[in-house]
Amino acid sequence: MAKIKKSPWLLHYDGSSCNGCDIEVLACLTPIYDAERFGVMNTGDPMQADIFLITGGINTQNAEVVKQLYNQMPRPKVVVAVGVCACTGGVFKDCYNILGGADTVIPVDIYVPGCAARPQSIIDGIVQAVELFQKRSDEHDKEMKNKGREAS
Amino acid sequence: MGKRSIIPYGPQHPVLPEPIHIDLVIEDERVIEAIPSVGFIHRGLESLVDRRDIHQLTYVIERTCGICSFGHGMGYCETMEDIFGVEVPKRAKFLRTIWFELSRMHSHLLWLGLLADAFGYENLFYQCWRIREKVLDLIEMTTGGRVIFSVNKIGGVLKDISPEHLRLIDSSIDDIKAELEVIKKTFIEDSTVQSRLRGIGIITKEQAHALGCAGPVARASGIRCDMRKRGYEAYQFLDFEPIISDAGDCFARCYCRLMEVFQSIDLIHQAIGMIPDETDISIDVKGNPTGESFIRIEQPRGEAVFYVKASGKPHIDRFRLRTPTFANLPGLCEMLKGAELSDVGLMVVTIDPCISCTER
Ligand code: SF4
Repeated sequence: MAKIKKSPWLLHYDGSSCNGCDIEVLACLTPIYDAERFGVMNTGDPMQADIFLITGGINTQNAEVVKQLYNQMPRPKVVVAVGVCACTGGVFKDCYNILGGADTVIPVDIYVPGCAARPQSIIDGIVQAVELFQKRSDEHDKEMKNKGREAS
Repeated sequence: MGKRSIIPYGPQHPVLPEPIHIDLVIEDERVIEAIPSVGFIHRGLESLVDRRDIHQLTYVIERTCGICSFGHGMGYCETMEDIFGVEVPKRAKFLRTIWFELSRMHSHLLWLGLLADAFGYENLFYQCWRIREKVLDLIEMTTGGRVIFSVNKIGGVLKDISPEHLRLIDSSIDDIKAELEVIKKTFIEDSTVQSRLRGIGIITKEQAHALGCAGPVARASGIRCDMRKRGYEAYQFLDFEPIISDAGDCFARCYCRLMEVFQSIDLIHQAIGMIPDETDISIDVKGNPTGESFIRIEQPRGEAVFYVKASGKPHIDRFRLRTPTFANLPGLCEMLKGAELSDVGLMVVTIDPCISCTER
């Protein structure tokens, strides 16, 4: 599967963001910025997603939802945290209900800074995620092959 | 009678980017009851008042919501100005009005796009967002930010708009208007859109009044309420009438918002024509005030209420915000009763829910 990086699917979930980053993520998918030219496609179904874009910090109620979404995604997968809220908790870090950035509950691979993150930097994050996804899926393939050899 | 079952709707679902969770009790294909549950975006923003001083708080409150961020910042500043007992310079009032109307345009265009997506017109969605980018370009040109632009401060604004930029805004919004005329046709005249929106999710005037709906949802049901008529900032000098429709269905709400974009364009023209040629755009406020204040402004989604209590300390005692979506949720639950399951997504979209405002 050498060309898997040409078609990963995106899943977007709004943690506890202020919407600022969400609408920038959506704006990335519209024709002006058009992240889809990198082969990614937006999906609402975690079972089919390869790249997880998360905006906003983690709070006590959505921690479970985020973990569940992450676990539902098939391996290999890449997580991108968009905006300072998702990176560290941002301006809301001191709020009583915020546990921290997305990495408090799931492993994050790529951090996109900014409040709100600009579409350009989100696209940069997506492009890096696509590369990483290709690398991971190669490793995954190798692993599977080795396993197959051992079994036979 | 069919069997009752419960369908959980959300928190992660394709219609809105935001998590809203509704338990739909359905019988066959009909919704009998809708039970919303909230808290997925609750951050506890209002509790930051004892850790941030009154000036820093402007930037926190602005981040209540990324779509109507300017209005939230402005509402808070107005409330504080009221407590300080100061009046902002006239030019600052006009600048705030111009930015506020630009952000209303971008919010409504965003919503029109989401609506188009909800009834399955993907191209129309892209067109709305393409036009919205032009509004964002104007905002970025004058403030440096796209969605969160932090230009408010207590006592005025932080940035001025140069005469060249004012002229550019003046001509650009005319171009935007011309493009809007094209998509307006689809929204208003297309028969598929009509059949999808007309007569769906009706809230009567009495219901809207009893349930306390706000903003475009109330106006689409024939209630003449627009807080801009209160005459804050520069609205007292501008000439406009709230846009009202009386059908109260999804189409009426779509119509109201669409026409409000045109209204905003008109208001910006008026404001640019009248803006005074001064250099003062803010006044300094010093010290820690004492007092209470209560301000109502018209956000893109409806009436927002700001309350601040200060008692002479560097930190205020209490900040409270009543957001328009909170007022509209009872309307939504009423609307959903008896609806077809396939219309639920559409109805949720037409109240233009902003969950992050509501849960803060
Ligand atoms: S990083 Fe800023 S814009 Fe993005 S969700 Fe957080 S507060 Fe909102």
